[in-house]
Amino acid sequence: MPLTEPAPSADAAALAELATQVNKAARRRLGRSLSIRQVDAGSCNGCELEIQALNNAFYDIERFGLRFVASPRHADVLLVTGPVTANMREALYRTWAATPDPKWVVAAGDCALDGGIFKESYAVTGGVSAVVPVDLHISGCPPTPTALLQGLLALLHR
Amino acid sequence: MADFVDAAGWERLAQDLVAGRRSLVDLWGDAGSVRMAVLDADRGRIEIAALACPDGKFPSLGRHHAPAIRLERAIGELYGLEPLGAPDDRSWLDHGRWPVRQPLGAPRPHDATGGAYRFLPVEGESLHQIPVGPVHAGIIEPGHFRFTCSGETVVRLEERLDYVHKGIEGLMRGAPIDTAARLAGRTSGDSTVAYAIAFARAVEAALGVRVPERAVWLRAVMAELERIANHLGDIGAVCNDAAFALMHAHCGVLRERVLRAAAAAFGHRLMMDRVVPGGVAGDLDAAGEAGLRALAGATGREFAPLVSLFEDTSTLQDRTVGTGILTAELARRFAAGGYVGRASGRDFDARKIPGYPPYDTLSFAIPSLPEGDVNARIWIRIREVEQSLALLAQLFDRLPSGATRTLLEPNTVGEGFALVEGFRGDVFCWVRVNADGRIEHCRLRDPSWFQWPLLEAVIEGNIVADFPLCNKSFNCSYSGHDL
Repeated sequence: MPLTEPAPSADAAALAELATQVNKAARRRLGRSLSIRQVDAGSCNGCELEIQALNNAFYDIERFGLRFVASPRHADVLLVTGPVTANMREALYRTWAATPDPKWVVAAGDCALDGGIFKESYAVTGGVSAVVPVDLHISGCPPTPTALLQGLLALLHR
Repeated sequence: MADFVDAAGWERLAQDLVAGRRSLVDLWGDAGSVRMAVLDADRGRIEIAALACPDGKFPSLGRHHAPAIRLERAIGELYGLEPLGAPDDRSWLDHGRWPVRQPLGAPRPHDATGGAYRFLPVEGESLHQIPVGPVHAGIIEPGHFRFTCSGETVVRLEERLDYVHKGIEGLMRGAPIDTAARLAGRTSGDSTVAYAIAFARAVEAALGVRVPERAVWLRAVMAELERIANHLGDIGAVCNDAAFALMHAHCGVLRERVLRAAAAAFGHRLMMDRVVPGGVAGDLDAAGEAGLRALAGATGREFAPLVSLFEDTSTLQDRTVGTGILTAELARRFAAGGYVGRASGRDFDARKIPGYPPYDTLSFAIPSLPEGDVNARIWIRIREVEQSLALLAQLFDRLPSGATRTLLEPNTVGEGFALVEGFRGDVFCWVRVNADGRIEHCRLRDPSWFQWPLLEAVIEGNIVADFPLCNKSFNCSYSGHDL
């Protein structure tokens, strides 16, 4: 019995958010395959566990043309987690700057939105959009692999 | 609760640590004092000593006992307390990026411009350096590794961590207990259950609360599920780093099934916020229990052939046997917890010593091996998966009925601590609760504090290409360490 699940539908809210934010020309150029560079900007590592799960046989993210790459220079999408700690701020910005245009930034997890539970800390800048422009946010603590997949599919299906 | 000692008493404890009569559990700062938790394994007891620092200084423990060095550096920059005679005066957690200095002592504004880090000097002919990180190539946490190599051989690795320092200890101050519990559960997401139990047990000790039996047992069910899920992930990931993707794929399936069963039973795949001070949130219903029983049986059946596959694949053995050896002496000196210690002959497990319920009434073995290599660290995990599956069967067979939560009624100042065995090793939590039910101070110590320095030691003399294997076989937490 194959383990791989049917494709989930793209998240409707994510589609609406993208429709207003992402340039159509950029979408055309990137086509139906996206390379993703994941950046942990201070997460508790819960999000990383669920992002890793996208590679398992149940979610099999590569069947959708989505794949994780080792360098920002190979990436179309930065998938950023964490509240963006002060100590990661420059590393995140430089990773973003090293990613060729056109590029999208997806912030994953509740603390990536605005710092979440960590937002009052001296050591936290308060979310991904405080450092780089964000195109899409996927909520959850951590987001489930299905929620991550629905958000990422919204990048492809419009 | 803590015994205040004088400088001579502090030095005596240092000598006990050096002589191996006790092992260091933690060293941290408090208001105007430093505290040390030490384990006397023979008596199965943890003792906490405090030293007042009226002039803002304390005698360095790190100059006698290397495992204390990074902890002291952190105390210096968080609290502004100076370890006198410390062998390393560089900052550790503070990269110069925070708007304050000494955020937990007497905070002073800072311009947050950063600054260069003085890596240790390396001299010699034909040496080259490989800087890696903080952003790594995989879906993993950030940190910087500075390798100095002679050809393919690593002659020194120096770690630069603390990129994910979130200031959790600061956020805990003055927080209501339930908020603090959520923070504790997000110190290292992969160990959210272990941290939540450690925090809950420390608070319960501080308040003198008795937790319903069923809650104690349900906590153990969650803790063993977390251990199994993480070990399955690690076993597959180490094999993947040796280019044996098949094992990774199979282990990934088993891990995913554990998380799904956990979600069905407890409402969250990683079981975050399910353990709370006073008990557990919610209850396990009949369907959830049946699902977990079925999961435990199926995992056992499907794991056995994978163990054979691992054992029979000589290309894997070629990469794991004899690679990244941690000596028993270093494991003992650093009181390395979890599979890192147990694969180097240190058979310590907080479930046995000091021990806590319900493990005192359950039957399980602590696997231990003398080799100390990557292979041994995989085998410890394999044996622990088997032990945890057997523990689940015992837990379900004797699961008590009844309530799952006692409401806390804090009305006095109290201190408490707990040592809980997470999948990676022992998690320490010390807490002081106010009369109004808020956290005055909470200290959390990840097992990685004593494992990260050992990773620097084991890679020495190995080739660069074996670093991923060594690193994954340790699987230290960045977030848990950086806090």
